[in-house]
Amino acid sequence: MTVIIAFLTVLGAVAVWWLSRQRLAAKPWLEASPAGSFPDREAVAWPAAKLGLCMFLAVAGSLFAVLISAYSLRMRAADWSSLPGTGLLWINTWLLVLSSLALQWAVVAVQRRDTTRAAAGLGVGGVSALLFLGGQLLVWRQLNAGGFYAESHPASAFFYLITAIHGLHLAGGMLALGRVGARVSMADGDAENVRLSVELCALYWHFLLVVWLLVCGILVLGPWAEWLYAICFGT
Amino acid sequence: MVDVTREFQDIERAEPEDVELYHPHSWITKYVFSQDAKVIAIQYSVTAMAIGMVALVLSWLMRLQLGFPGYFTFIDPATYYQFITMHGMIMVIYLLTALFLGGFGNYLIPLMLGARDMVFPYLNMLSYWIYLLAVLVLVASFFTPGGPTGAGWTLYPPQVILSGTPGQESGVFLMLVSLVLFIVGFTMGGLNYVVTVLQARTRGMTLMRMPLTIWGIFTATVLALLAFPALFVACIMLLLDRALGTSFFMPTLVEMGQTLSYGGGSPILFQHLFWFFGHPEVYIVALPAFGIVSDLISTHARKNIFGYRMMVWAIVAIGGLSFIVWAHHMYVSGMHPMFGFFFATTTLIIAVPTAIKVYNWVLTLWRGDIHLTVPMLFAIGFIITFLNGGLTGLFLGNVVVDVPLSDTMFVVAHFHMVMGVAPILVIFGAIYHWYPKITGRMLDEAMGQIHFWVTFLGAYAIFFPMHYLGLMGVPRRYHELGEMAFVPPSAEELNAFITVVALIVGFAQLVFLFNLVWSLFRGREAGGNPWRATTLEWQTPTTPPPHGNWGKELPVVYRWAYDYSVPGAAEDFVPQNQPAPAGAAE
Repeated sequence: MTVIIAFLTVLGAVAVWWLSRQRLAAKPWLEASPAGSFPDREAVAWPAAKLGLCMFLAVAGSLFAVLISAYSLRMRAADWSSLPGTGLLWINTWLLVLSSLALQWAVVAVQRRDTTRAAAGLGVGGVSALLFLGGQLLVWRQLNAGGFYAESHPASAFFYLITAIHGLHLAGGMLALGRVGARVSMADGDAENVRLSVELCALYWHFLLVVWLLVCGILVLGPWAEWLYAICFGT
Repeated sequence: MVDVTREFQDIERAEPEDVELYHPHSWITKYVFSQDAKVIAIQYSVTAMAIGMVALVLSWLMRLQLGFPGYFTFIDPATYYQFITMHGMIMVIYLLTALFLGGFGNYLIPLMLGARDMVFPYLNMLSYWIYLLAVLVLVASFFTPGGPTGAGWTLYPPQVILSGTPGQESGVFLMLVSLVLFIVGFTMGGLNYVVTVLQARTRGMTLMRMPLTIWGIFTATVLALLAFPALFVACIMLLLDRALGTSFFMPTLVEMGQTLSYGGGSPILFQHLFWFFGHPEVYIVALPAFGIVSDLISTHARKNIFGYRMMVWAIVAIGGLSFIVWAHHMYVSGMHPMFGFFFATTTLIIAVPTAIKVYNWVLTLWRGDIHLTVPMLFAIGFIITFLNGGLTGLFLGNVVVDVPLSDTMFVVAHFHMVMGVAPILVIFGAIYHWYPKITGRMLDEAMGQIHFWVTFLGAYAIFFPMHYLGLMGVPRRYHELGEMAFVPPSAEELNAFITVVALIVGFAQLVFLFNLVWSLFRGREAGGNPWRATTLEWQTPTTPPPHGNWGKELPVVYRWAYDYSVPGAAEDFVPQNQPAPAGAAE
């Protein structure tokens, strides 16, 4: 459970940092203010949708942290054997990187009020994300063909589970991306209206990319991580 | 002294961004598929109480079997286990969590903060309907072949999916699917509550001016958002083990002389995941109760809450600590002694902020102008009960004491006191307190008194003797005690006594339900602020508050939530939206 605890510690540190700036040591009972006078507004200055998305990313982050925790707990058992690596995963990883970069490009474009380029960026991002999902299915088929079924092997069960949950998150993001793409292509140069939506899509994509890099790193490089752990902690 | 106040002109925006409200056009969008947090709150509460009644009846059936074994032939061991499982799961998740966060959270957050509605009303509506779906799926498991799962509310593998456990055919499916749905629905609502607290507070409502109710609900929601993913993962993995034959949790085992196809899974992994959710869950229920009870006590003792800052810090500290104590539920599963030591220590450390809260409640009462109204009675009942339940928690938090007491009635008594009776008392108190705001009418006082005294005394008559049964060694989860050398016949008599009281307490809840309906039509007109309380929800222009809560202008907050009996004030309470006299603050 080290991973989830570490993740929550990071979240907790952010929360404590934020709270420490909220005058939690105030003595509100001494501070009634006269009419027309107010303390600083302490609401977070972000738009509600952005804050909501960040909260959701915290929830999704703890979901993946729990999954990785479970995986690493299982990995320490004596009978563990890892999956064989497959080259396709590297291609998929690059596709997802490309997707994230394209969305970042769209953000830059929309910040320069160029909705045509933004639409193009979203298009490239969407297509490469779809290709990523297709590539993941191919990886599944390769594993299946190699005799690694979900029920035959703990490592493959975890692999299917984690990639499926990650893929579902991406697929859910595709729905939002489709809607935003339609709005951007119809925005007709009015970038202000769609700017936030494009930024939020990009933020979500970057999050899923980071999760994928971590998950993929642990699934594929897991044995090495174990070896490193053994060197560091001598177990 | 007050460098926080600024001149009016310095504030950029005169009003916080007004939430764009969805205005309902038909009866259906107004009362059924409503996006108004207040309607959603009532939908959540009614659904939670309805399913809670099912769980209440299940507890009667269990008690009948325990008190009078052999008389009720329709309760065989399998159905008994099903009753236990469904009673526990419904009460913890579908009643307490849903009612505190979905019910009180939805009703009180926008009103107490001076907002028009939740920040994402559509998501909020979806949250309720997914919750309802989760409840219906759960109820459906009563009607499937084999009935609901009987694995105990902790759903431990491997037994949960092995044949011989009741509900192994389809009940366990429905249970897991229902939990997954609940978590999805809750996450939608939870994101709403958190973002609303962070963003939709009205002008002048700083964090340290928020009522403790909001602090409790807010912190509990954050805990729930971060803890439920662990249960979500556990449920999905268990579902795959059952449906596809994966072996996340299933070790190699032999059943009826046959080796099963499972192998290599770890049942302990499930316990870690389950309790990583399960322990914060205790505080997901307790923190809103802490917050609400603080407000009830302050209002009905006409005194400011003692140590407001400490109360806030304690809520946040308990929330943080609750994530590093989970394995104290797993002492008997076996663990490295260092881990046992670590988790026992963190468990005992939690007692410190909790004790601060209990002291502060008592000090708030001390020399207060205590009005023994029904909400106040329930609040005082909570303090006593929570103290009792908390003290036995100190016993069970220690490994050496927990191991012999584990799986005895002592544990049942402990968690019912601390997590069952105590929060339920707060829920009742809160309903008596806020019902006038929700409906415009008071609940009947006499019926309320009867309800309180029967429930409070009855709960003690039920759960106090259970501690003794547990110390004697009477095991929990047993359908029938049978012949046990260490269980004297008097234990059977005590069991019968407990059963009789449980039936009486159950019927007292019918008085409460009747009161809810009767007062809706016949209750005394309440007016806008019957308790003469300071918080914003009592200052709405009309009662019950309409869609959008505040009419044209949002309220503006000039002071904290606890200005009761202020020396020199005209009345014994000063509402939060009343400015200080000119020049007073400098």
